[in-house]
Amino acid sequence: MNQELELKRLYACGILVGGVFYNAYLDGNPMDQKHILQIVSLSILFLAVFFLMSFLQGNTNTLDTTDIGGDFTIQAIDANYFKDKTIEWVTPFKEGGGSDTWARFNGNYFTKHIAGNPIVIVNNIPGGGSIKGANLFADRVKPDGLMILGTSGTTQMPFLLDDPRVRYDYSKYKPIMSYPTGGVVYCSPKLGISSASELPSIRDMPLKYASQGPTSLDIVPIFSFDLLDLNVQAVFGFRGRGAGRLAFERGEVLIDYQTSSAYLKNVIPLVESGEALPLFSFGALDTNGDLIRDPSFPDLPHFGEVYEQLGYAREGIKWDTWFAFMSAGFGGMKLLLTPKETPDAIIKLFQDGIGRMKLDPEYKVKKVKALGLYEQSTGAKADKIFTLATEVGVDEKNFMKEWLRGRYGLNI
Amino acid sequence: MLDLVLQAFATLFSPEHFMFLMIGVLLGLVIGVFPGLGGIAGLSLLLPFLYGMDEVSALATLVGLVAVIPTSATFTSVLMGIPGSSSSQATVLDGFALAKKGEASRALAAAFSSSLFGGLFGAVILTFFVQIARPMILLFGSAELFMLAIFGLSMVGSLSGKSVVKGVVACALGLLVGSIGSAPATGEYRMIFGVNYLYDGIPLVVIALSIFAFPEISELFRKDKAIAEGAELGKGGWMLGIRDLIKHKWLALRCAGIGTIVGAIPGMGGSVVDWIAYGHVVQTTKDKSGFGKGDIRGVIAPESANNAKEGGALLPTLLFGIPGSGSMAVFLGGMVLIGIEAGPSMVTTDLDLTYTIIWSLAIANVIGAGMALCLAGPISKLTRIKFSLLAPFMIMVISFAAFQATKDMMDLWMLMIFGLVGIFMKRFGWSRPAFLIGFVLATQAESYLNMSVQFYGWQMFLRPGVIIIVLLSLISIYFSRKGTVDENAELMEKTIHGKINVRPQLIFAVVMMLFIVVSLFDSNQQSFLGGIFPFVIAGLALPFVCVLIWTLITKDDSHPAIFDAEQAVEEGTFKSPWYEPILWIGGLYVLSVIIGFIPAIILFFISFFTLKAHTGYWKTTLLTAGGVGLLVTFGYFLNLEFPSGVLF
Repeated sequence: MNQELELKRLYACGILVGGVFYNAYLDGNPMDQKHILQIVSLSILFLAVFFLMSFLQGNTNTLDTTDIGGDFTIQAIDANYFKDKTIEWVTPFKEGGGSDTWARFNGNYFTKHIAGNPIVIVNNIPGGGSIKGANLFADRVKPDGLMILGTSGTTQMPFLLDDPRVRYDYSKYKPIMSYPTGGVVYCSPKLGISSASELPSIRDMPLKYASQGPTSLDIVPIFSFDLLDLNVQAVFGFRGRGAGRLAFERGEVLIDYQTSSAYLKNVIPLVESGEALPLFSFGALDTNGDLIRDPSFPDLPHFGEVYEQLGYAREGIKWDTWFAFMSAGFGGMKLLLTPKETPDAIIKLFQDGIGRMKLDPEYKVKKVKALGLYEQSTGAKADKIFTLATEVGVDEKNFMKEWLRGRYGLNI
Repeated sequence: MLDLVLQAFATLFSPEHFMFLMIGVLLGLVIGVFPGLGGIAGLSLLLPFLYGMDEVSALATLVGLVAVIPTSATFTSVLMGIPGSSSSQATVLDGFALAKKGEASRALAAAFSSSLFGGLFGAVILTFFVQIARPMILLFGSAELFMLAIFGLSMVGSLSGKSVVKGVVACALGLLVGSIGSAPATGEYRMIFGVNYLYDGIPLVVIALSIFAFPEISELFRKDKAIAEGAELGKGGWMLGIRDLIKHKWLALRCAGIGTIVGAIPGMGGSVVDWIAYGHVVQTTKDKSGFGKGDIRGVIAPESANNAKEGGALLPTLLFGIPGSGSMAVFLGGMVLIGIEAGPSMVTTDLDLTYTIIWSLAIANVIGAGMALCLAGPISKLTRIKFSLLAPFMIMVISFAAFQATKDMMDLWMLMIFGLVGIFMKRFGWSRPAFLIGFVLATQAESYLNMSVQFYGWQMFLRPGVIIIVLLSLISIYFSRKGTVDENAELMEKTIHGKINVRPQLIFAVVMMLFIVVSLFDSNQQSFLGGIFPFVIAGLALPFVCVLIWTLITKDDSHPAIFDAEQAVEEGTFKSPWYEPILWIGGLYVLSVIIGFIPAIILFFISFFTLKAHTGYWKTTLLTAGGVGLLVTFGYFLNLEFPSGVLF
């Protein structure tokens, strides 16, 4: 803490105390001297105790990191760097959701495996479809590895579409870890088709799709339907994909998509009982950033295959736009970020910890149930995915904006 | 099935499971007492420990926690008039009125025993229905959900007060305030006036606190007596409460049924359950004169419904992985972390687990309500304390609770603004329940209307479910015409007619009209789908508010629409002007912005006790240390944030 700030605080206290005195003496209101004396003396006592305590606490937690970002030579970053420290994992989503689970599940193992055993606390700051929390992170973060942000596809979308509310900038961050997810589009057998190759036969049929909103992750499935020239009208206002799945089960919509874990748990039983038919997955990204079949659904064609099968070419602006937004939404579904200036030594501590975490037998068992089958990546692979997920070309961006404007009258 | 039930029972009563259930219950009771915290804070406290436990023990702790939060939330609802959770709003109406009469222990006892009953009832229903519930839940499509929202709104009829016009306007205002933020159908932003905070709308916690708790606190502040004015009930108070429940057992049964059903419907949300139950008891009671002024039935109904609701809400949570209420979202998150995934398998391969959960819920309810019942007597003594000693604590609690909603300083300013609205609504006899019901149902009514029009069109009125709910709503409206709750009825009779100065209420009505006009203009600028709902509501409300203003100007003041509590009460009831509490609370918030909440609350406590309660050095020190210590300890263990100031 610099001296200037301390001085300011001292002044503020003085003004406040003085104000009480002044008010009491000059206004001639019922406060008598005895009362004023009591207020002032007790206030000074309590505030002194409070500031002393917060100063002591501040000392143990932040003393040796306050200069990080400016001058790194002051203290060496060694294996003890995280000892007795607390890492704040900012989650811009509500408790209980996918991103929250990702943070809380991993956070626990971070404590166990990162050198120095830092305590990881998850700070949920939901609001504005995750914009609020990410903005707050952007305002507050220091490159000391003690505050990290777990974003999701939902956070990427408004950034990519230049939402004016966004104050966070992915180009100023780098990834510690990334985690993908997949998505499967399925339909009702009532449509009378048996696989994605028969989709052209239902092109004239007006279909409805239960959606959260045009700027959510739903942009990917809705755009996919459009690319396949399906006549799908999105009905907005659903709260979460679960509500959309319920609408499917009620028969209100005949086509739907779910992310991998929800699909495995809740749609597979429907497929087995003949109430749902899988069409295609959105695919996954390999180490080169190429689109491959989703490892969770190796028997299911990915969107690219279906797109080609139906006679479209995997090139041109439409395809590029799809690929860009699919990467942002699914390939880099979850990103754990820290500012670019964070010293490599700190990133290394994280990466080594994550490496050990991935070898932990208990982690291996529990992870599949809590998060799914995909692999958490670090290092070069995470960097690659991060780039794909957060850097979308100007042409693709404009094409998507134009499409949203034409389709849903959105002015972004 | 029977062997599975037995197996679940065996697990349930194993000492280990029982112990963890107890831990969950204790934790839930402690956390639930703080309004606005609820399951989320509990989960974050619990989480680090969940990993070390086995599946069943972890689940037991989690269930124990979730089950008792609505129970212990009742404490503040009854004793202080602060709605402890979103599902104990209606309890405030009669519960707090009873506390003011001096019958807090009776109200609490009735509330807890009703909670216990409701929780058990919910568990019994679940045991029998869990396997066949899936198709039943699927019967509720968006059309039915929309009609259910309308059914909820029909409850306003019974709660609108003597003046129907004011009730309608209050409800419309609630709907309009509820539609601030992004439009469900298009995502456009309505009525945000460039304030980022309003993008997601105003949180329910903040509205509930400002409409109910804020006016009560300010009124008590000005009266400066103890909360309880009537004679003490003595030691038998809590027995009386239990006897009340036994006397009204059929009512409790019906309300528990309502709670279970509404809780089981995904997408309804837990915050209307208590209002539906409350509306139900008003409609089915012949002598309605006591409601809102301390009728024990007004406590039994919502309390037996809100614990039954948690049982009902388990169904969509377990069967579809879709949380049926706020606390169920936390429960679901906890389940995922333990490694249990909700889904259809919960009634096939994991059925034993499901039964364990259901019956843990029942037992947790019994233990939780039992403990709370024991505490009811001693804790109700709080209502005997001079209010100036209690006020800072209550102000701290509501500020803290409001701030937990989105952790934004704006939470506190909104509490202030709508607190003012609440104060004037109470003073001029505008129905606050009507406002709140409108607010709670705004988003639901709009988004389900939009969905059902797109899915079904006019055919939605041919669906049997819709027809049934339409009939229910009509019955409800018919009954509501027979009488309505008005908390001010007594004061109205006392009013000396011919002497009321109508100018204050006229100003308030004109301000409200301006708000309606603004929302009319705002909605007119949106796209059709984005603006139609507030446009229609504002368009309908405008003639009503005009009629009201016309009445205020022209009619004789014996007209039921004309009422001003300030001028009806006996002289000397209020010891300070109406704006004094607002200045104190406002001062606290302004100070928080400058120096941060904790230092500000320290100064607030010291000044308040010294100047208003005239306490000496020792007492002031003790009370301040106690209050701030409690806050900081809670904040530390639950890892909660406090507003930070510009300087600190």
